[in-house]
Formats: sequence, C-alpha cells, structure tokens
Amino acid sequence: MLQYTIRRLLLAIPVLFGILLVTFVLARAIPGDPCKAMLGEKATPEVCERFYEEHGLNDPVPVQFAVYMGKVLRGDLGTSIRFSRPVSIIILERLPTTVELSLAALTLAVLIGIPLGIISAVYRNSPVDVGTMVLANTGVSMPVYWLGLILAYTFALLLKDTPFWLPPAGRLSAGVVAKPFYEVFGWDVGTEGARYFVLEFFANMYVLNSLITRDWAVLKDALQHLALPAMALSTIPLSIIARMTRSSMLEVLRQDYIKAARAKGLRRHIVILKHALRNALLPIVTIIGLQVGLLFSGAVLTETIFSFAGVGRMLFEAITARDYPVIQGFTVVIALIYVGVNLLVDLSYVLVDPRIRLE
Amino acid sequence: MTQPLLDVRGLKTYFFTEDGVVKAVDGVDLQVYPGEILGLVGESGCGKSVTSFSILRLVDEPGRIVEGQVWFEGQNLLALDEAAMSHIRGNRISMIFQQPKSSLNPVFSIGDQIAEVFQVHQGMKKKAAWAKAVELLRLVGLPDPESKAHAYPHQLSGGQAQRVMIAMALALRPKLLIADEPTTALDVTIQAQIMDLILELRERFGTAVILISHDLGLIAEAADRVAVMYAGRIVEQAPVRELFARPQHPYTQGLIASVPVLGRRQERLNTIPGTVPNLVNLPPGCRFASRCQARVEQQLEVCTQTEPDLLPVAEHHLVRCWLYQPQPQATPAAEQTP
Repeated sequence: MLQYTIRRLLLAIPVLFGILLVTFVLARAIPGDPCKAMLGEKATPEVCERFYEEHGLNDPVPVQFAVYMGKVLRGDLGTSIRFSRPVSIIILERLPTTVELSLAALTLAVLIGIPLGIISAVYRNSPVDVGTMVLANTGVSMPVYWLGLILAYTFALLLKDTPFWLPPAGRLSAGVVAKPFYEVFGWDVGTEGARYFVLEFFANMYVLNSLITRDWAVLKDALQHLALPAMALSTIPLSIIARMTRSSMLEVLRQDYIKAARAKGLRRHIVILKHALRNALLPIVTIIGLQVGLLFSGAVLTETIFSFAGVGRMLFEAITARDYPVIQGFTVVIALIYVGVNLLVDLSYVLVDPRIRLE
Repeated sequence: MTQPLLDVRGLKTYFFTEDGVVKAVDGVDLQVYPGEILGLVGESGCGKSVTSFSILRLVDEPGRIVEGQVWFEGQNLLALDEAAMSHIRGNRISMIFQQPKSSLNPVFSIGDQIAEVFQVHQGMKKKAAWAKAVELLRLVGLPDPESKAHAYPHQLSGGQAQRVMIAMALALRPKLLIADEPTTALDVTIQAQIMDLILELRERFGTAVILISHDLGLIAEAADRVAVMYAGRIVEQAPVRELFARPQHPYTQGLIASVPVLGRRQERLNTIPGTVPNLVNLPPGCRFASRCQARVEQQLEVCTQTEPDLLPVAEHHLVRCWLYQPQPQATPAAEQTP
C-alpha cells in the first residue's frame, strides 16, 4: 500500500506539470493585457513597456515558462503582479477559507445526502422517495449563484430580527477578531518557515481556530457567517450524493446476503445500516471524491456572492486582472488538492471493501 | 404421528405486479414433524422458495402474504410482531440458500458473520461469540478454522461457503432448518459432502429440515416425506418410499418418469408436455389439467371446471386429483353445455 501511494504521488508530477503548462498558456491566451488591466486603460505604451520589463513579460512565452518552472521547483510560486506580494502568502491567507467552506459544505452534503438516499431506497416508490428525489433533482439543477441570492435574501432580509437571521457576507462580524491559536498559547513561531505556514494555515480556518482556543463567541460568529455559503455550496453535491446513495442501496438491498442477514434474525435497521450500507459505500465514496473538484469551482461563485475571502474569489479577481502568477499558483494548489483527494479516495477503498487490493 | 413442529395452513403469497397479481403460493398446506426431513419438490417457479420465505416472513415487495397461518411451536408466526419474528429467525428456524457465495456478505469476515448470530440472539460479547464461531467452523469440517474465521467470502470455494452458511444456520440449534436448493450451485462431489453434513447434523441435533430441491435423486435419498408442488399448490404428499413406489398424481408420475435412469437406453428423455400455467391468469379447475395425459385418456370434464382437494388415498398419502376422488354432482357449468 505504501508502494502504491508512492507510485501514485510520483504519477502526480506529470499531471501537475501538464496543468501548469496548460494554465500558463491559457492565461496568456485570454485577450486583454495585464498592464491595461492593472494600470488602467490610459496607461501609456512607455509605462506599459516598463511594467512588462519589471514582470518579465517581454520574454518569449517558452522562456517565461522555463523561468517560472525553475522557480516553482525551488518552491517559489512567484509574486502577484497586482499586489506585489508572494503568491504563497496569498494562498496561505485564502486557501484555509475555501477549505473550511468546502469542508462545511461537504459535511452538510454527506450528513444529509446519505440518510436521504437510504430513506429513499428503503421506502422506494413511496411519497417520501418521490419527494426526496424531486428535491434532489431540483438541487442538482439549481444554479449556485441564484440559490445563493435567494438564501441571502431569505435569511438576511426576510428573517431579519428573528433568531433565524444569518449574515449574508464576510467571514466574521465587524470588530470580531479570531486570534490565532498559536498566539493564544503563546508559541513563538515567527512569520516565516514551514512551521509558521502550517500553523497559520490552520489558524486561518476560523471555526477550527476558535474550537482550539475555545472562544465560543467567535465560533458562533464564524459558524453563522459560514452557514449561508455552505448551504448554497452544498446543494449540488448533496443532491448527487443522495441520488447515488439511493441507487447504490437499491442495488445492494436486492442481494442474496441481505435476505440471508434477515434470515439470521437481524433487525431491519441493522441489516440496512450495517450490512447494506457498508456494501453500498464504494460508489458513494467515489462520488464524494469527485465532488471536491465541484466544490472548488462552486466556491468561485459562492465566495463572490457572499463576499467570502477565499480562493475562489481570489482566482476570479486574478483572472480579471490578468494576474498570471496568482492564476497559476492557485491552479496548481487546487490541482494538488484534487490529486490528493483522489488518492485518499482510492486508498479508502481498501478499508471499505476487503476484496480490493491496491497494486 | 406426533404433533407437527410446523403447520402451514392455507398459505397464500401473492405478488402484486404491474402485469397483475401473481399467485406464487396459492393455498399451501404443509406439516413438518420434529426431526424429519420433508422434501419439497417441483419445477422452477412453482412456489417452493416463496413458500419457504413466507414461513420466515421474508417475502420482498411487491410480494405479500395475503392469507393463511404458519403454526410453529404453538405460535402463529404470521401474527407475531417484527421483534418476536426476528427472535424466531436464525434462532428457532434458520435457512440456507441456493447460492452460498452470494448469501455471505462480502465485506465482513465469515467469523464476524457467524459471531453476529450469537451477539444478536444471545447478547454475547464479541470475543466469546468469535470463539463460538471458530468452534462451529470446526464442527462443519472447515480446515484450519482459527485462521479461516478471518477469511472473507471471496476467499472461499462454493462448498466452503455452504459449510459456513450451515454453521451459521445451526449455530443456535434451531428446531427447523429450511434448506433451499442447498447443493444446486455446487459440484457433484461437493454436493454429496454437503448433504452428508446436513444429515449428520440432523442426527446430532434432531433438527427438522425442509429440503427444497428439484433434484428427485437427492430427495429420494435424503427425505423422509415428500411434498410435490405445482403452480403454487401442493399436489401430492407422501412418505418417500410410498411416493416413489406409487406416485398417484399424474404430475408426480411425469416428474419421476422424466428422470433418466442409468443403464437404460432412450432415444429421447421423457418430458411433461406443455408449460406451467400463467400464475396471473389461472384457469379454473385443476392447474395441471392442460398438461394432463390421464385427463384426456379418462375424458374427465370436471378437471377443467373445479379444483380437486388434497385428500388421502392411503395412509399418510395425500393427492389433489379427480382420478382418486368421487366427482361432484354435475356442476352448473356442465349442465349448460349442450
């Protein structure tokens, strides 16, 4: 299994290289140029010339790519054209937000989607099943941005002054500060190096951070802000997971061993939750892994609607500003996460099904 | 004879499909006495399996038990609530299936699956239950039971899997074992071993067995009594020797005649002409009438009009056939025919 993992990680290298190459070329193929996007339509050719020179944009594209790859191999993702800050720092600030949002959405999707699918399968063709599947199909077809606006309108405006009010924008209320847990614990981690990077990464997930520091006021605030975007983002994965669970469970419930388990005298709920679900899990785990990619693309829209300072919104802004290093850096990170999640999914097969041996 | 252990009366299990109501089991009466092996024979689709699933109340949608009683140890199983029924299943009555490999859950070790029976019915702790499971695997003759208990179903052969199923079924020494074609999916040599195991365990624990099979040879060898099923009903029931020596129902006669005999040269194998009637649209009268040679030869009209009852022709020998019963007075339908 270790060997398998190593081989898969090695295989990820050409994948990442390919993704970098395509992103690099595509970013430069979009019409519009970074100088005008950055300095305004009135920037003179002389100014732009200096701008290109500064950012190494005058070299032929292959040379630019070679220079960039050289930096990446040394762990340097470049400097943002727009912010003049290292891309890695921007990622460190933005990625935890998106990871937190995606995890929240995925948790909602799994915790609600799987039970819904099971209920639908067990009470097949009943009103419950039909109702659930109508909802699931609606959920899949609903555009995220539209749903986001409706949710914001409902919870932030219509339910204003009720206990159900939820904030429509931002990660924390004005004035609320999530103090990083390493500061609370008095650890001196500096502002550089791998240790700082890792700790800061986790500290930037406000829900996690406030759980560690046991700051319940911040936790509540962070959760409230997370609620609407997570709901909006979870709808599609939730529906897909519910449908997959239903069809997978239906397939399993027909099997001989389910009847045999009943004949052993096991109660129905044990047969369903232990014997059937465990077998139905394989395709469900696969589909959950695939949702991660969907979550990141959904995050672009969701974060834009809910003014959530995450990767999605940053990427959106970077593309508008032709901020090439940011576009490339974020794409690589997202690709890495995707590759990692898929590897995790494949590794988890072994836990779910004893018949599977990874070679 | 003594009191029956299992007494099925007027059992009807219908399947409510889009094409209509399929009367898979349509008025089955059946008794099983303590410690005996009752062979239940009939061709595919005659309702043998549905009958056994109905006894354990494991009929899946769209099937439903619509009528009847299943008396077992003084209780009508069809009147019990789910909790009480769960207590009967796997404990007082167990079942083994035709496809042993697909009857074992692929994601749990076989030790776990056997141990589960003790955990559920006797509230045993995992470790004790596991020890019991290993003991059972030894009892059913699985080599190296300690390590085999950790095996998963896909690592077993068909014969081994059936041994595991038998171990599981007999874990709590049930009074009745329903064996639904237990050897059909196995190699011939393994078939004999599995049947020997079932017979041996019957001797040892006094478990009564309903042996469902379409293999008449197997039934002749193993069963004490035989019930022959046709299109959802029992058509003949007799002690095994009596049945094979003097089959009365034309269907039973046809079944026995269709078995090829070793050493006897035949141009063609004997068959029963025609097919089983459509269980959605059953004709009135005897269900076998359309295929019955005897009816034509004897020119019995009643066969296609009224269904005969299951009545004795000899001691312990019951037959559902007009050939052996006084015909009813001319029916109104018969009067109208010119």
